[in-house]
Amino acid sequence: MTATTEVAAAVPLAAPPTSPDPRKPRLRRGGGGTFDRRPGFLTYGILGVLLLINVYPLWWSVVVGSRNNQALSSDWPPLLPGGNFWINVGEVMDSIPFWKALGNSLIISGVITVSVVLFSTLAGYAFAKLKFKGRNGLMVFVITTMAIPTQLGIIPLFILMKQWGWTGEIGAVIVPTLVTAFGVFFMRQYLVDVIPDELIEAARVDGASMIGTFWHVAVPAARPAMAILSLFTFMSAWTDFLWPLLVLDATNPTLQTALSQLQSARYVDFSIVLTGAVLSTLPLLILFFVAGRQLISGIMQGAVKG
Amino acid sequence: MTTTTTPAPPAATAPQPERKPPLAFTGLTRRQRLGKWDVKLSPYLYISPFFILFGLIGLFPLLYTFVVSLYDWHLLKGQGDFIGFDNFVAVLGDRFFWNSLGNTLSIFLLSSIPQLACAIVIAAILDQHLRAKTFWRMSVLLPYIVTPVAVSLIFTNMFNEQYGLINNFLGNFGIDAIPWKTETLPSHIAIATMVNFRWTGYNALILLAAMQSVPRDIHESAALDGAGAIRRFLSITIPSIKPTLIFVIITATIGGLQIFSEPRLFDPVTAGGNARQFQTTVLYLWEMAFFRLDFGKASAIAFLLFLIIMAIGFVNFLVTTRIGGSERTAKPGGKIGRTGTRTGTGTGTRKGLTK
Repeated sequence: MTATTEVAAAVPLAAPPTSPDPRKPRLRRGGGGTFDRRPGFLTYGILGVLLLINVYPLWWSVVVGSRNNQALSSDWPPLLPGGNFWINVGEVMDSIPFWKALGNSLIISGVITVSVVLFSTLAGYAFAKLKFKGRNGLMVFVITTMAIPTQLGIIPLFILMKQWGWTGEIGAVIVPTLVTAFGVFFMRQYLVDVIPDELIEAARVDGASMIGTFWHVAVPAARPAMAILSLFTFMSAWTDFLWPLLVLDATNPTLQTALSQLQSARYVDFSIVLTGAVLSTLPLLILFFVAGRQLISGIMQGAVKG
Repeated sequence: MTTTTTPAPPAATAPQPERKPPLAFTGLTRRQRLGKWDVKLSPYLYISPFFILFGLIGLFPLLYTFVVSLYDWHLLKGQGDFIGFDNFVAVLGDRFFWNSLGNTLSIFLLSSIPQLACAIVIAAILDQHLRAKTFWRMSVLLPYIVTPVAVSLIFTNMFNEQYGLINNFLGNFGIDAIPWKTETLPSHIAIATMVNFRWTGYNALILLAAMQSVPRDIHESAALDGAGAIRRFLSITIPSIKPTLIFVIITATIGGLQIFSEPRLFDPVTAGGNARQFQTTVLYLWEMAFFRLDFGKASAIAFLLFLIIMAIGFVNFLVTTRIGGSERTAKPGGKIGRTGTRTGTGTGTRKGLTK
């Protein structure tokens, strides 16, 4: 049992059940800060500089991506976009199968997200709320495997995919990430406090089957955590590079591997490369403006649970 | 819930008949019996997809890496002779392997130390009574949504030696062009910058959350006792976020030691520079497997890296629990009821999601 507590000490112990709205996990502190005094000009000045640093690389790609390579050779970098953007977009479309890559990335990330969230919620619910033999031991196993870099198993995985004849197919990218230990752990931590045991018992007394209880009690309660897990799973599947690079070829790429091909020639046309970078960032930028709050609360909730 | 023991013939339960309500095993209808199996089997059914899939696609390949490393295994020719530990001997005697390990560590240190320092400062700045709080938090997180490949492409352009933005800019002040790609240290700094760009804000938000869980009254009473802002930051904030800090370090280690995209794309024609000056271990693994087609040696590299990461993780774990333990007693004026919870630290959000 000591192993359980020690392992758990390294990771968050419980979901934040006290705040019903997961978006505002720490309301009690009244907006953070040491005191209620409003911070001064200096604070906003620093934050403004930070904002510039964070935005500038993206803005720079827009500037270069809408000009041509000559923009790069001037001593003082141009600050405003030029008029070459659509020509460069056309060049990107000619050099890589952009739409196919976009479609592949959407399918891969979508399927992985559905699978990870479904199986994590099922297993997380079982670990959080059901009693069965070996539960603690198996949970310790899940937590331990979170620290294991399973990505290092790529060589046997590649041999396996080759034997199955899956190399070049997007299935080969999907299969290795269908479940994650982190997902199970995350859902378990959330569900353990968010569903009262009485609710499950009441559903059982009313004659609901186990799966019925899961569906009608656990899933509705788990929805906020499922949303956050979806967001992060989608992001990580979308950004994955090494494994798709190994198993897919240039004709059937993901957005990331296609993007890397733009730079693979010995002569690199940076305005086209950076146009590609801009195009590939747009989907996530949209996601960021739609779900940025959830992303932030997901990161922050994960950080201090309990 | 005592009904979970299987219904046995009455004779078998004779020694302790009073323990159980007698109706438990006699009058079960078909439906109730089904329900019982439902209760018993469902948990296993729910966790089995995870364990089966994880075993097949996560654990098995990792363990099988060791098996492959014991063979002479060619990418095209397939499995060859069993050669014991010859691959390990060869890799451990290979200066390129050690070179890659040194590069990985150097890039890791150059990225994690400044990154953490900046993240703490940014978190402290955000941990104030700000106007437009969400806006500033989003602005800090923005780089996280730029994928590592896009980040690498953008910064590879900015660090270009001839026409790069940075060298052009420095040239205006009479500074000679810095060989960002051809020399070891500048190339490590360039690659570390890419990592820092993407992860600093993310870590700042994790640390911000930890800072916000420090009860306000500790700060207030310290201020009443005359402690200034910096003093309070060093004596209250830093000790309270230590567990989270260590957790961030652990996840950064696991991710940082497997860095691939950035060095791979920094110079697309070589695997880590002309003189391997920024070839990381995973990049060397990749070269060994898919250019030299030697799966045996590549597996040996993978397995050695696995051992190194686990060893570092284990040391981190020991340090975490030790500091977490002393932390609880040393906390200045912490409420007893809350101290226990403070050992809860960052999640593996990042770990689960980076790769």
